[in-house]
Amino acid sequence: MDWFIDAGDDPAHKFLLMLVAIALFVVVMGLILFLVDRPRNAPRWLVSLGFVGPALAMLAFGLLYPGLDTIKNSFYNRNGSEFIGLDNYATAFTESQFLIVLGNTALWVLVAPITATFLGLVYAVVVDKSRFEKFAKALVFLPMAISMVGASIIWKFVYEFKPAQGTVQQTGLLNQVIVWFGGEPIQFLLQRPLNNFLLMVVLIWIQTGFAMTLLSASIRAIPDDIVEAARLDGLSGFGMFWRITIPSIRPALVVVLTTIAMTTLKSFDIVRTMTAGRFNTSIVANEFYEQSFRQNNTGLGAALAVLLFVIVIPVIVYNVRQMRLAEEVR
Amino acid sequence: MTTQSAGAAATAGGTAVTETRGTTRVSPGLTERARKAKARLTSPWASAIAVIIAVLWTIPTVGLLVTSFRPELDIRRSGWWTVFGDAFAGEPVFSMRNYETALFESSTDLISFFVNSFVITLPAVVIPITIALLAAYGFAWIDFRGRDILFVAVFALQIIPIQITLIPLLRTYVQGGINGSYWTIWLSHSIFALPLAIFLLHNFMKDIPRSLVEAARVDGAGHVKIFFQVVMPLLTPAIAAFGIFQFLWVWNDLLVALVMGSPDTFPLTVRVAEMAGSRGGDWHVLSSGAFISMVVPLIVFLSLQRYFVRGLLAGSVKG
Repeated sequence: MDWFIDAGDDPAHKFLLMLVAIALFVVVMGLILFLVDRPRNAPRWLVSLGFVGPALAMLAFGLLYPGLDTIKNSFYNRNGSEFIGLDNYATAFTESQFLIVLGNTALWVLVAPITATFLGLVYAVVVDKSRFEKFAKALVFLPMAISMVGASIIWKFVYEFKPAQGTVQQTGLLNQVIVWFGGEPIQFLLQRPLNNFLLMVVLIWIQTGFAMTLLSASIRAIPDDIVEAARLDGLSGFGMFWRITIPSIRPALVVVLTTIAMTTLKSFDIVRTMTAGRFNTSIVANEFYEQSFRQNNTGLGAALAVLLFVIVIPVIVYNVRQMRLAEEVR
Repeated sequence: MTTQSAGAAATAGGTAVTETRGTTRVSPGLTERARKAKARLTSPWASAIAVIIAVLWTIPTVGLLVTSFRPELDIRRSGWWTVFGDAFAGEPVFSMRNYETALFESSTDLISFFVNSFVITLPAVVIPITIALLAAYGFAWIDFRGRDILFVAVFALQIIPIQITLIPLLRTYVQGGINGSYWTIWLSHSIFALPLAIFLLHNFMKDIPRSLVEAARVDGAGHVKIFFQVVMPLLTPAIAAFGIFQFLWVWNDLLVALVMGSPDTFPLTVRVAEMAGSRGGDWHVLSSGAFISMVVPLIVFLSLQRYFVRGLLAGSVKG
């Protein structure tokens, strides 16, 4: 049995285990489908159970039950032995350490999605129909393939700092630029509130490509006659952009903003890799990890996770409502 | 949840092809000239903005890439931009040494984490897609009681942040005695992928003409046969699109691997993030390590970008 669970550090064993897992999965699924299909005129409930059952069972086991359990845990103390009511939430909303975390999270959700969407929109408009459109888009799109960890390292190197003494040269590009302009190098990641924005840059850098792709597609979808009519009315350049383009792509803008906002709420990887939440840069997603797995304060960790969930809800409600409105108009 | 409107954008995107039609309708020569004049007016600014953004987006990556090929001592002493001058002067500025160190030296040993990334990713992509395909088929083409309510419930589960599930799930794994193994990571990734996967694939499934499925049923085919012979071949692009999402998501994931895994199963992301904390100044291994962790997703992404964009437009990304 041990062979199936622990592959140790032997690569061959690991690959073999992977193949065994896939084979096992194929056999189990094959068996389910075979049993469902076998009887002549199998009852419908059996067939539907065979198709939908595995997914529902997994969701109940892995999302529904743990979700409810966490909500329960958020009302218990650090090791779950004692019911303490709303104390964990009170801690999160009153202690200065956590107020900073909440403030940072609010800052992230406000700044990062708007900036990324704005830049994506501007870029989509300026490269549209240009000769290098495909290449230009690929450049901005590429960071989407890079992990948040990788992206954080790329930017950490840009922010690298060397104390200015003697002949020491800066190795971080940003500080070198400052030196070129005659300034003093700065320890960027230690400067609050600047460091929060520098961490956001990483997320914006990743998400702008997403915004650009969706917005570019919806700009192209604006009907020609509308554009032409506006042109005949004398609109052009910025007027056209403001009066025609923006209103026409409003639904797509909402989608992009809310999707990025949700990614922002969960961008644990960036904070973890760049500062591990030190220097007052923590956000809720990182603080959840910190409390749950570093400080072993399960109750508070659970409360933070629930908080994350509660913050997501209005974003989604807004999104769904906008979608409904857009459909009604159509 | 972003699917409907984004999907609308995708369908309407077809009109882009006929874009020039409007111009020819209203006296061609004049509008064409007017448009050119306008293009001349706005283009310097537009080009300038485009170039600035493109450069800002590229330079950080180029900087780290160049650095990853420089000798350790050079990295400490001077910025990567000095390389170009030195290279002109004929000095040897590049080597593969950092990659050798990062991959094979015992203190970093990224090659074994590379293996872990691979072993984690393959089942964590195959399993959820298969299960989601079956479920999506069930929701789209089998008429059972409570179907609509269940489907809405699955859709709604998308809003659960995975953070909220981690600790109870981990506790269950510990009770089952499988914590820290690949099984927990495969299972967790598969579960977390399901709501979005079912929703996306269901939308694609619904687009299959009803007559096609009905015809197969009249011929006496059961659901299993229809699934494999009629539906699956038509869904290949959708499967490819979601497959790329899931691949990028799993390969680039840090949280699940960190929480569920153990040192024997940690993927590249965990190790590289750890190095950024513990060996923050060792840019020779950090830079090469970062690119080692990026090379596979970049290759997959660049070669299958078409499907990725299609998937993006049809259903946005995982939140």
